[in-house]
Amino acid sequence: MGKLFGVILAIIALASAYPIVTHMYVQPVDISTHGHAIDEQLADTMAEAGLSFVLAQLLLAFCVWKFSNRKEGAKVYHLRGGARLMVAAAFILVGTEVLALGVLGQKAWAEVYFTAPKPDALQVQAQAGQFAFYFRYPGQDGKFGPLHPDKIDEGNQNYFGLDPANDLESRDDIVTAEMAIPVNREIHLLMHAKDVGHSFYVRELRIQQDFVPGLDLSLHFTATQTGHFEILCTQLCGLGHYNMKAYLNVLSQEDFDKWLKQKASEQ
Amino acid sequence: MRGKYKQVLLLAVVVVVSASMLTSARPSGGSVSGKITYEGTPAKQKPIDMSKEPSCAKQYTTPPTTETVVTGPNNALENVVVYISAGAPDEAAPGKAAVFTQKGCRYLPHVLAFQVNQELNVMNDDQTSHNIHPLAKINREWNKSQPPGSPPIVDKYDKAEMIPVKCNIHPWMHGTFAVLKNSHYAISGEDGSFTLPNLPPGKYTVTAFHESYGDQSQEVTISGSESKTVSFTFKAKPY
Repeated sequence: MGKLFGVILAIIALASAYPIVTHMYVQPVDISTHGHAIDEQLADTMAEAGLSFVLAQLLLAFCVWKFSNRKEGAKVYHLRGGARLMVAAAFILVGTEVLALGVLGQKAWAEVYFTAPKPDALQVQAQAGQFAFYFRYPGQDGKFGPLHPDKIDEGNQNYFGLDPANDLESRDDIVTAEMAIPVNREIHLLMHAKDVGHSFYVRELRIQQDFVPGLDLSLHFTATQTGHFEILCTQLCGLGHYNMKAYLNVLSQEDFDKWLKQKASEQ
Repeated sequence: MRGKYKQVLLLAVVVVVSASMLTSARPSGGSVSGKITYEGTPAKQKPIDMSKEPSCAKQYTTPPTTETVVTGPNNALENVVVYISAGAPDEAAPGKAAVFTQKGCRYLPHVLAFQVNQELNVMNDDQTSHNIHPLAKINREWNKSQPPGSPPIVDKYDKAEMIPVKCNIHPWMHGTFAVLKNSHYAISGEDGSFTLPNLPPGKYTVTAFHESYGDQSQEVTISGSESKTVSFTFKAKPY
């Protein structure tokens, strides 16, 4: 019976590795310039963690096979060093793994977070609030008008709290519920939350960044393919969280200019 | 002969009495009517982008616009609640419920007027969840979630108040509850006109309330069954 259990363990371990090794679940298309680094990092993590998992399960299966079904009164073997040795081994193994992932991954991380956007990057402001995203483009003057939280009036579509009566820079700002960006141009995304924590997740862009109330965060990325993609909130933010999404349209520069002009006329 | 006279007399009496009963059954008194207009430039009503809620967005060929200032021809101002704020006694609520419908991710009607203690039914005709949140300050504030197919939310307000209403899920949804003390109210139509009929003789304060421009009042005295004209002009600002 013990030997059978060992065999079943080995089968489960190998079967669970099968869909991953054969890439049964296809990754969504990558439409960003930095996405390949994230994908490689994910693949490295999966290989390292997956290999460790399968090896540990096979070792367990081997031990079950070898040391089970013992006769009564048989001598019991103990591993030398006892628990102390096991704890030390676990620390070294897991520590090495985490360190290796950090060292290998620092490049992918740094490319997104530790480099500045190019000076000609297109600035887009993203505001997350329960339960919708809104976006702001600076308009012709290239400047965002200041925000006045007390002026927020959602029934009037003033989601950002602009005061065009007093702030000249706000008058040409373009506020939209859909995000559109030109392809092959760097985007500098300025993020802030209106109320609680939210997240900006576009899987095709390989971007997932939290909005933190009170913090102005920024990201930069370049999309390499046109198309229509989903922006999802992946930070549980309340009752309507499941429904908090927006769409990202990656357009050719020409189509983007047309779109922005159209949106400007609606303000 | 005498019997015939008697019959005719009886018939005449019946006719006169029933005629007088009919006229007394018709509510006596005067009325106040008029027009609500604006002067200046009202804020531009922007199209509402509902792309995040496709089940609502697909109900419109062109996106609906906001309704914080709805105007008609000749500077007419729509959605103004005109009511008697003083001079008329408080009235018991009618048995009929006031119905507020969520359809196409908008509130229908945009402004709903009803009486204190009148039953309020909130319907969800959409394929998505709504969370209605009337921002009451004098009455008890509540907010309720209503998934598609839910029964109506039934509630009532026990004090008079103008209550802005929003949806906690769809930020663009916005409306107003006007909870009033008596049945003498009207909401201005597309041409800005309103009529408050059936006003017994007396001295009244007529108040006009607009969700963006606030309220204005005028005194009016009705004697007999006269019809008075009262008009209100609100100052509009572009921003």
